[in-house]
Amino acid sequence: MTKTIQLNGKTYDVPTEVQSVQQLLIHLQLAERILVVERNKKIIAKEAYDKPIQDRDQIEIIHFVGGG
Amino acid sequence: MLTIGNRSFSSRLLLGTGKYPSFDVQKEAVRVSEAEVLTFAVRRMNIFESSQPNFLEQLDLSNYTLLPNTAGAKTAEEAVRIAHLAKASGLCDMVKVEIIGCDRSLLPDPVETLRATSMLLDEGFIVLPYTSDDVVLARTLCEMGVHAIMPGAAPIGSGRGILNPLNLSLIIEQSNVPVIIDAGIGSPKDATYAMELGADAVLLNTAVSEAKDPVKMAEAMKLAIEAGRLGYEAGRMPKRDYAVASSPMEGLLPN
Repeated sequence: MTKTIQLNGKTYDVPTEVQSVQQLLIHLQLAERILVVERNKKIIAKEAYDKPIQDRDQIEIIHFVGGG
Repeated sequence: MLTIGNRSFSSRLLLGTGKYPSFDVQKEAVRVSEAEVLTFAVRRMNIFESSQPNFLEQLDLSNYTLLPNTAGAKTAEEAVRIAHLAKASGLCDMVKVEIIGCDRSLLPDPVETLRATSMLLDEGFIVLPYTSDDVVLARTLCEMGVHAIMPGAAPIGSGRGILNPLNLSLIIEQSNVPVIIDAGIGSPKDATYAMELGADAVLLNTAVSEAKDPVKMAEAMKLAIEAGRLGYEAGRMPKRDYAVASSPMEGLLPN
């Protein structure tokens, strides 16, 4: 079954080969970027990136941008 | 030296990283400014567009202390959430509490700023609240144990300079932590003036990023802040109502 999540505010069908947060980041080509991941409004520690993504998860990928 | 929490800096210029015309100009402006503290905002990544360059990722982070702001937050809870996200990056433990209470003036919400500051101090953050030039509010924040206080010179991005030097002087006089004049600086003279008032540092962004030549302005601001600080340490002469001749009155040549 395809998992459907909310990813940065958009509905996103998770490819079947993507199981974990780490795999999602690799799939999105973000694995080397400076970022923080929130899942269902809770920050995921980098050590927990291997945890599975669940259907209907709300994932936010956050980073630093220019600001004063 | 400027000491904030457990960190010391030789530069008294803190530089914002928003709104530069290009990354190359920004990199050069940051370099010549000799700033050691750079501010950033925390935002949702635009992951659905092809790989966008990110300024932070182009910096040698070992040379800089990152000061994330909580811009975008309108409540203490939102600010705390942003602070948590910033800290989770593992890149910083300082936070600039910035909670806007008025969309038109971008002036800070004093009540939410106090609440967020209290919550973040309890959690062990190094907290630098952006505040108005209200003297009593600034004192309250200092008493709460903030690590620096950042009163605005004028509304963010307005470039109007030091609007209330008296209030800023009173805040500086009473403060037991560094006072960083943040927001509203428009030109080097504003930065010098802030430092002459006795501020410990200046945080600015638009004054450099929106200058015709941001790199040159970054250098100008660096020099202005150094000049203002030296002038403050030197102690200026008193102001008088009447002239006092600089040349001796004795030994005047006869007619």
